[in-house]
Amino acid sequence: MSQIPSQLVEQLPAIQLLLTLLAAPICSMFRNGDLSWRIATVASWASVACAFALLHQVWGGGSISYEMGGWPPPWGIEVVIDELTAIVLLLVTLFGALVMTALRESLSSIMRHQRQSLYYTTFLLCMASLIGITITGDAFNVFVFLEISSLATYTLIARGRDRRALTAAFRYLIMGTIGATFILIAIGFMYMLTGTLNMADLSERLPEHYDNKVLHASFAFFTIGIALKVAMFPLHYWLPNAYTYSPKATTAFLAATATKVSLYVMIRFIFDVYGVEFAFGQMQLGTLLVPLSIAGILVASLTAVFQDDAKRLLAWSSVAQLGYMALGIALLNANGLTSAVTHMFNHAMMKAGLFLALATMIYRTQSSSLASLSGIGRTMPWTTGAFAILGIGLIGVPFTAGFISKWYLVSGALDKDWLPVAVLLIISSLMAIAYIGKMLDVMYFKPAPSEFAEIKEGPKSMLIPCWIFALLTLYFGIDTRLTAGLAGRVASNLLGAS
Amino acid sequence: MLVATVFAIVKLDHLMTAVMLMGFFSLLSSCIFMILDAVDVAFTEAAVGAGASTIFILAALAIVGRKSKKKRREKTILPLIIVTCTGALLLYATLDMPYFGTPDAPVHTHVAPRYLLESGEEVGPPNIVTSVLASYRGYDTFGEAGVVFTAFIGVLLLLGAGTRKSGLEREAPPNVKVESMRQKIVLREVADLLIAPVLVFALYVQWHGDFGPGGGFQAGVIFASAIILYALIYGIVPAQKILPPRKLAYFPGIGLLLYALVGVIAMFKGGNFLAYGALMADPHDGQHYGILAIELGIGITVAAVMINIFFSLSERSL
Repeated sequence: MSQIPSQLVEQLPAIQLLLTLLAAPICSMFRNGDLSWRIATVASWASVACAFALLHQVWGGGSISYEMGGWPPPWGIEVVIDELTAIVLLLVTLFGALVMTALRESLSSIMRHQRQSLYYTTFLLCMASLIGITITGDAFNVFVFLEISSLATYTLIARGRDRRALTAAFRYLIMGTIGATFILIAIGFMYMLTGTLNMADLSERLPEHYDNKVLHASFAFFTIGIALKVAMFPLHYWLPNAYTYSPKATTAFLAATATKVSLYVMIRFIFDVYGVEFAFGQMQLGTLLVPLSIAGILVASLTAVFQDDAKRLLAWSSVAQLGYMALGIALLNANGLTSAVTHMFNHAMMKAGLFLALATMIYRTQSSSLASLSGIGRTMPWTTGAFAILGIGLIGVPFTAGFISKWYLVSGALDKDWLPVAVLLIISSLMAIAYIGKMLDVMYFKPAPSEFAEIKEGPKSMLIPCWIFALLTLYFGIDTRLTAGLAGRVASNLLGAS
Repeated sequence: MLVATVFAIVKLDHLMTAVMLMGFFSLLSSCIFMILDAVDVAFTEAAVGAGASTIFILAALAIVGRKSKKKRREKTILPLIIVTCTGALLLYATLDMPYFGTPDAPVHTHVAPRYLLESGEEVGPPNIVTSVLASYRGYDTFGEAGVVFTAFIGVLLLLGAGTRKSGLEREAPPNVKVESMRQKIVLREVADLLIAPVLVFALYVQWHGDFGPGGGFQAGVIFASAIILYALIYGIVPAQKILPPRKLAYFPGIGLLLYALVGVIAMFKGGNFLAYGALMADPHDGQHYGILAIELGIGITVAAVMINIFFSLSERSL
């Protein structure tokens, strides 16, 4: 009997993917929305447990390889899980599950039952494909799951109540398809040069082709393609509308996971496939990435300050925050990379929480314009309280998660003696104070419009996830073993591999 | 010819003609795939590109009208620069590419030899494409089946098929263009002749994937195109009588689950996910039946998805 658990442990990587991917078609077969929601929620929480188990296995620098179909790589497809993978897995599953828990209440007012089942199915597919992208060790397999996640995301966005959601989704579809095609071209070129698709195998066989023009073109295509997917400035064009018009709680999930997983793919390919020397030495990625990410941080923060719509404001803030992560990568030292990975996790947590709290308010007010949210601090004190904590975290006040990642980023910049960069980072934090402060000011100190004077606190099933996000933000501001501790090891690993 | 066709498509205002040309474009590209010896892909391209998707777009046109609206000219400089840069980059890359068909190109020397030389021993099917697709890289194919399924769910969620009444349950619409096809004797006779052989051919492609070009994707598409042809000639209502949309909506999920089930059973038998060798005592038998089962899963998913999408589009246009 003792063999069964050990077998189970061996199969964990496959189980991690299958839990959500199999729950999806099952969900689609029920017409009863509540039942589907139960299945989806159970599956996503089981998936969280699985992610924790995997994290436990690789904790401290281990790595697991699982051969799909039993064929050894490079002939078959390999699934690789190391610490970086595990933290991204945890991000996707944990925040996905929290949003899923809150989703039922959020959807029940806008969709009929059968539609709801299909919506949960799409949500699960999106989650499963993000898990698939994260765990795979095969370059082409990344593209396959990228297709699923893109399709699912377009659908999720397009289901917004507003007709403008359709335009937003269509714009994202065009940009996303261009991005995915570029990534496919890049992978095809690499295959042409090396005859392999396995990432580990690629990284061994690519160095001899460093002077080959095909590889140069492949790298260019990959960078542009993935930058589109990450919504890296100035290729962020699709993001604000997509986030603004996508339906309620869904925004929380998309903001937390979709761009972060793309960023993860970017780190994987640049460091583990192309190699640091090639990317930053020969191809000069740094000279492109540093000014663009700083410009992105400043421009997007400034735009956020002048928004009148709460959702759009947070969306622009996302573009700015993605700039922090890109800058962390471009700094190319231990502190910078630590900050990038830490902020990936922390920002996912805070932004998901903010969007969820906002969704709870919109659930009552039916509008996301700042004017309609005025005075909501008195009518919905708990929701606004969670929102305030998360907002303060986003600014980067000490004892919140946001402080940790910014601390590493600034020290990374100082390690390089880039004093102006550090100063600009602090200026951008001031802008964050401006836009978060603007929202909190409206929520707490403006009088409530008369039609919203009587609204009640949000439903518990949405409020509790909001507070979990808020408390986690405080927790990870103090205990950083899971975030910065792990990220530090990952960073030295990535840099050491070069 | 491909390039000329594309230019024509972009320039045309008349959408109907543009769609027809797109069908032509697909046919041309499937010829190219033939020349490149990718018969499987050619199959699919001919059926999906030239056949089914043309019909889908026509059905969509029936809803929105045939002429494109005149649009004000937008800035074209930036897109032009981007496209030129991309093209230049592609040309730049060709400078260092191995020559077409060189036997010692890395593609042919690294992974491929094992596929070519040992797949007969390890996997079984004489068709190596099937071995790679279904066994060595079966996980990718599982993902692709997932893509098809996701597309289906997306269409269902956005077009709202299945939530409204199907053609059967609604009153007969007053003026149905599709019905009038019945009067066209030549069309009907030809369709009558074609449909049964096409269905049989689909089954042949399905089961013969081990030996010749074919497999679940192709078979599913061919099967679906036969049904769609039937619906086009005899109207959507009789077709839905044969395949009620409500029941049909279950099948994409069933196909995907069947695929996954094969993999999961392998896990219970002590192998990895999708390791068909573990399915039976003799790994060869395991591989053989495993591949047959997953191909069937793909076939079900693809066929059901195509027919479903066609139904939901044409329900809209009724």
